[in-house]
Amino acid sequence: MFSGMSPAPFFYNEMKVNDMREGSVLEMRGIYKSFPGVRALQNVDFRLCAGEIHALMGENGAGKSTLIKVLTGVYPMDSGEIQIEGQGVVQIHSPQQAQRAGISTVYQEISLCPNLTVAENIFLGRGEEKLLSWRKMNQNAGKLLDSLGIRVKPSQQLASCSIAVQQMVAIARAVDMDCRVLILDEPTSSLDESEVEKLFQLMRDLKKRGVGIIFVTHFLDQVYEVCDKITVLRDGKLVGEFEIESLPRVALVSKMLGKELDDMADIKNDIPVFDQKDNTPVYEVSGLSSTEGIEPFDFYIRRGEVNGFTGLLGSGRSESVRAIFGADKVTGGSVKMEGKAVKITKPIEAMRNGIGYLAEDRKRDGIIGDLSVRENIILALQVRTGFFKPFSRAQQIKFAEEYIKLLDIKTASVNTPIKSLSGGNQQKVILGRWLLTHPKYLILDEPTRGIDVGTKIDIQKLVLKLASEGMSVTFISSEIDEMLRTCSRLLVMRDRKQVGELTGEQLTQNTIMNTIAGGEKE
Amino acid sequence: MTIKAAPAKSSSFLSGLLRHQMIIPIAALLILALFNLIADPSFFRITLGYNSAGNPVLSGYPITIIDYGSELAILAIGMTLVTAASGGQDISVGAALAISGSVMLRILCGTNTSPAELQAPVIVAFLIACVVSMIFGAFNGSLVAFFRIQPMVATLILFTAGRSIAAWINNNELPIVNDVSFTYYGGYLPGIPVPTPFFIAIICFIVTWALLKFTNLGLYVQSVGINEKTSRLNGLNPELIKLLTYVLLGLCVAVAGFIKVSRLSTINYSVIAKDIEMDAILAVALGGNALSGGKFNMSASVLGAYVIQFLTTTLYKFNVQSDALSAYKAVVVILLVVLSAPVVREKLSALLKKLRPAKQAQQSV
Repeated sequence: MFSGMSPAPFFYNEMKVNDMREGSVLEMRGIYKSFPGVRALQNVDFRLCAGEIHALMGENGAGKSTLIKVLTGVYPMDSGEIQIEGQGVVQIHSPQQAQRAGISTVYQEISLCPNLTVAENIFLGRGEEKLLSWRKMNQNAGKLLDSLGIRVKPSQQLASCSIAVQQMVAIARAVDMDCRVLILDEPTSSLDESEVEKLFQLMRDLKKRGVGIIFVTHFLDQVYEVCDKITVLRDGKLVGEFEIESLPRVALVSKMLGKELDDMADIKNDIPVFDQKDNTPVYEVSGLSSTEGIEPFDFYIRRGEVNGFTGLLGSGRSESVRAIFGADKVTGGSVKMEGKAVKITKPIEAMRNGIGYLAEDRKRDGIIGDLSVRENIILALQVRTGFFKPFSRAQQIKFAEEYIKLLDIKTASVNTPIKSLSGGNQQKVILGRWLLTHPKYLILDEPTRGIDVGTKIDIQKLVLKLASEGMSVTFISSEIDEMLRTCSRLLVMRDRKQVGELTGEQLTQNTIMNTIAGGEKE
Repeated sequence: MTIKAAPAKSSSFLSGLLRHQMIIPIAALLILALFNLIADPSFFRITLGYNSAGNPVLSGYPITIIDYGSELAILAIGMTLVTAASGGQDISVGAALAISGSVMLRILCGTNTSPAELQAPVIVAFLIACVVSMIFGAFNGSLVAFFRIQPMVATLILFTAGRSIAAWINNNELPIVNDVSFTYYGGYLPGIPVPTPFFIAIICFIVTWALLKFTNLGLYVQSVGINEKTSRLNGLNPELIKLLTYVLLGLCVAVAGFIKVSRLSTINYSVIAKDIEMDAILAVALGGNALSGGKFNMSASVLGAYVIQFLTTTLYKFNVQSDALSAYKAVVVILLVVLSAPVVREKLSALLKKLRPAKQAQQSV
């Protein structure tokens, strides 16, 4: 089974001088990689030790994913060398070669086969299926999973497991293939807190066994919780490698951004004070419920107010706003827009009433990948204006350019397909799409997820600016400090129920935590 | 990865052209033309003669191509929309065409199988055939949109039943239209030497162009085809849009059926437009449109249709037996499809890039 530190039966090149430093499992030196018009990596070094969890940090577009794709053989590098302990300089031209060299990757989107069982997924495609009986395969898988403390039945179908378990199965597969270097690319973005904790436990376990782990994430907290070292990239260049103790959080962020933290400080001092004078709610609903199983709830938002739903993953935050927008099937509730009773059961009805909704899952519910930035920006407004009233090409370009400029979207042209933009820029395009409809009430569900720190701050600032201009905004984020910075009223959700409303003095991390955990009810 | 990605000016004009969607049908067209030019230049000869009714008509292989390619081009328009919106194809167009043709003949001939005069104006028969055909399109579309059945499976029903329904409409008799004016639409209008189907195809193309230009059909269809969930959240009704594309294909089927029955003035239920669905799907693919839906290029599909007719005509010209036709076609199709695969095109443009500096170096010497 697991053979951790034993000499790996890999191709061993004695001709090459092994000039790796003591303790390294992997060294990448002088890596260059260009794409047409973009220098993605310039002279980047990276060193990973055995038994170390190493965070690879940088904004979107810093070169993290390119570095990983070079390492795993997805992209050929232009120049540079990769050394692996015990193998000397290796040539990696394909993901299979990377795997044979002991480098395994677990991506954010699980790349296993959902319709096969856990055990099948672990052993699939390794040329061992023939030798194993099903029973033996399940037994072996069971032993492996036990040894890693993953609690799942080997004969269970993978699709029926939670994302967290699926990820752990992917890790188990990697471990069983004698991986020396494990790359975890944003593994935690779809996990809840207890699942993240389990994952960390597994990572620490592997660390003890001498596996080197490269951890890519946007969550600073997690970096400081689990990592030993941090390598920071910026604009395709190496900023430096740091011991975790020597790099406080603020310093890390400023290294990633390449500027001092005025911006962050700025926004923090700007604690929203909501002017209560204007009392008619822009949007008001009572007894709203949908097929997604949320408890019927009441909700309102006033002009120029920023409020938010908070709660753990799966607590019903997203389901609540989806019901407001009519994204799920609405089963009850009476809605009033600016005091007038209206019917909102479908997105188009919400849009006609001046509501915009940026969905949580950008890839699935946000972008139209193959369409251009221009088409993605005009889409919502174009749908609202109707089938027979298309904008002229010139008008479309004008709209697109306006929001590209306003939101500082980095794109080659208005006609670039949106899928070729970085995550943060895609998100800005979607944001531009809804701003173009000039909504009275804008719902932003996790607008800052999976995007770089710089863009996160831009978006938070924008929310406050929009509110000061009179727009009502509901803002949802998994990061509580982001919500504290933007919202003047928080609705706390637990188990698909609204369990509290916090305003003013109550808006502190502690109160929120307590309310989420089930302390006092209002 | 976008670090201020500069517009890809560096890639040459040629490799840019290689990536353009129209390159596939155009290249196929040029290759076929070149082949014929070398093998027998008389292929391109066009002569002016008179038909039995004394009208001037042009004849020659190029005329045959624009004549018989027209039904296919019209069907390709509808097939492109269906493919883009639903990510699948309608394989029942041949059978639906038989139904629509049968309806026309039934109305034109009434209860008599071979009346001396038309029993109803052609336009009335045509409009009723359109309505019937669109209803069958809506049937296919509802199965796909509301019941979420895979397009090929959903349309398999009509594919199987269509020709029987067509025969049943006329009690399995073969009505014949004796009025000469009915032959104009699939043949020649008096005094005009260019075949009418070509004009009908041009009209269909212009109408489609206007529809794409003056409505949001293109944007909606592509959005739904690429990402249904996002489309819904942006206020679209994906089911309705998918349904609409099948109804529009139904309309295309009716027009193509009109031309087909006009050509013969009668109908053969089991043979009319046989296998035309495959050619129509091929036209869409040849136009470089993804058969899995999403973005589309209408002009490329229409050109693709004529290229397929070009190929068919070329094969006929070289006396390929009609039984063997499909095999020859398949060989050409394999070539075209492989050449148009993104993988191959990437390689080709990389090759071009490599060749270009070498050429420049030679020139400078």
